[in-house]
Amino acid sequence: MTVGLFIPCYVDQFYPGAAIATLQLLEKLGIDVVYPQNQTCCGQPMANSGFEHLTKGCNELFIDNFADFDYIVAPSGSCVLHVRDHLHDDKNPEAAKNISHKIYELTTFLTDVLKVKSLDAKFPHKVGMHQSCHGQRGLHISSMTELVAPEFSKPGSLLQMVSDIELVHLGRKDECCGFGGTFCVTEEAVSVKMGKDRVEDHLEHGAEYITGVDMSCLMHMESILKRQGSKVKVIHIAEILNGIG
Amino acid sequence: MEQTTKDHAELAQEFNRDEDRVDWHDETLWFIRAKRDKAAHNIPEWETLRETASQIKNNVLSNLHNYLQQFEQNAIANGVEVHWAADAAEHNQIVHRLINEANVVRMVKSKSMLTEECGLNEYLAKNGIEVIDSDLGERIVQLAEEPPSHIVLPCIHKKKEEIGEIFHKHLGIEAGISDPQFLTETARQHLREVFLTRKVALTGVNFAIAETGEFVVCTNEGNADMGAHLAEVHIASMGIEKLLPERKHLGVFLRLLTRSATGQPITTYSSHFKKPREGKKIHIIIVDNGRTVQLGRKDFRNSLKCIRCAACMNTCPVYRRSGGHSYHTAVAGPIGSILAPNLDMEKYADLPFASTLCGSCSNVCPVKIHIHDQLYKWRQVLVKAGYAPAAKKAGMQAMTWTLSSPALYHMAGKAGRWVLKHAPFAVNNKLNPWFKQRDMPTPPEQSFGEWYKQNGKKK
Repeated sequence: MTVGLFIPCYVDQFYPGAAIATLQLLEKLGIDVVYPQNQTCCGQPMANSGFEHLTKGCNELFIDNFADFDYIVAPSGSCVLHVRDHLHDDKNPEAAKNISHKIYELTTFLTDVLKVKSLDAKFPHKVGMHQSCHGQRGLHISSMTELVAPEFSKPGSLLQMVSDIELVHLGRKDECCGFGGTFCVTEEAVSVKMGKDRVEDHLEHGAEYITGVDMSCLMHMESILKRQGSKVKVIHIAEILNGIG
Repeated sequence: MEQTTKDHAELAQEFNRDEDRVDWHDETLWFIRAKRDKAAHNIPEWETLRETASQIKNNVLSNLHNYLQQFEQNAIANGVEVHWAADAAEHNQIVHRLINEANVVRMVKSKSMLTEECGLNEYLAKNGIEVIDSDLGERIVQLAEEPPSHIVLPCIHKKKEEIGEIFHKHLGIEAGISDPQFLTETARQHLREVFLTRKVALTGVNFAIAETGEFVVCTNEGNADMGAHLAEVHIASMGIEKLLPERKHLGVFLRLLTRSATGQPITTYSSHFKKPREGKKIHIIIVDNGRTVQLGRKDFRNSLKCIRCAACMNTCPVYRRSGGHSYHTAVAGPIGSILAPNLDMEKYADLPFASTLCGSCSNVCPVKIHIHDQLYKWRQVLVKAGYAPAAKKAGMQAMTWTLSSPALYHMAGKAGRWVLKHAPFAVNNKLNPWFKQRDMPTPPEQSFGEWYKQNGKKK
């Protein structure tokens, strides 16, 4: 099995640690991983702003880079959801459809494809788990408080395999952090307030780290924590599962 | 009452000047969302109910012409007069004519978002007709000369002290009273006099039954009943989408409606109106006002399944922190943001962007409207129709060029990280909306791509 590693653009540029952890974790689990070096972005920033018609170049690049792999794995629920729902290419519709079936968000790939039952990782800290909306409500990687359905969490089940970790409970288990792509600048006031409230929930419950499957939400919360001068840090779930603690 | 030219972001920014108030508003509505969750979780077959309601409404929308004719026929057979209004103006004219025919200049009205949508109160006021809203929340905002901020809880943005102030000014109570029971009793006495003296009463319609020609009005205060039973003439205004095929389908919707809205098992009053009493009249006005246009929009037609429960507003993290008035339309929140552009794309072009697309709205919707998907689709429609701000358009074009070329992307990424590291003042300033209340990320030495070139395996 060869996995194509898809690293979202802002993770590539600002959070290489999360990308390195993803690569190392998959390799540790015995997977042959390749990072196609001509990848850029899934096109979501344009599409969510109403400019999906401008994503042709991104779509073609994505298909060029990833069509040949058995699976495509990314440390992001949001970008994977975008590819699944919106990747298309009029010249090559089959390739686009195939990709949408074989692209996985990292934790789902670990639980559903690799069926990971144990991890060699230790993280002796109090951790708050942020449910990123696109992974949760879009990819259904965990149950949602709105629905009357059994509770589960794919990322949560992996964190349970980490030694010495203490997951804190939150007042609002799955409220949005307010990042929302360009929403964070076009609706600055509400975006910031949502971010502050989300961070506050983690702080109130004693989290030393906030983790999640999407670096974009974590980046948003980090920007607020830093402005507040807080010692609390954000960390991508791949880094915890890879055992850097 | 909708004369604002400010967009959602500007109005939301104004709302956010008072952070304590935002917290209070957010927590008040979150409390209702939590009550809704509790009520839903008490019904093991909740998700089946939602799916059933969704399918019943899909059937209605697909056969609307038949159900409307069947409903009209049965209503007429029951002795009800049926009127058809193509738009808001025609609806308002019909109401005005019916009031004139009754030879009165005053009317009492229970809550009807359709009449808000049509601007009925303003129209009638201009024509010398006095309308008193009998829903407590609506009466409060009417006295304050404001539009409702929420379709189920019209004055949820007001604190009890402010309501005391309004009643002091308009209903003559002493200043400084904020006891809810006292305030409610004041409104009750005030409205009682209104109910007893008005000859014409207008109500909304929650559900209209094609099979029987009857309609159902749901209220918690019984104010629709008080108005309709005491008046000579009952006018009921309904959108064409309010139909249900058969009476037995009501059970599904009545179980969903208030559980979704407020967490109650059922509305206090779910009143069925079928035939006028001896010597009295019932008129039903069936209103299109853009609904058939929406029905013709494939991507947006199922927004017409909406039963106006407001669960999407209560759960929306943006609505809770921007307030209903920031949507500058009769129906606020996520559902309003997919309905309003159908009525006026230019005026409401901002609303589909007032969302993070978190998807919570679609999950609470009792009739399973994919609200957040439609927000996404409206964005595409609005941009293509030319309603995107010029600066955003230019920015998106530049982003597209960069992200469509690996070489340009790598160069831009490097340049961006360099700027953040060596010239942070270029981005850490008040022109950057991210930086105003948030810090920028710390730029790493290397991108992952650069690291991989040195450390990863070669392809």
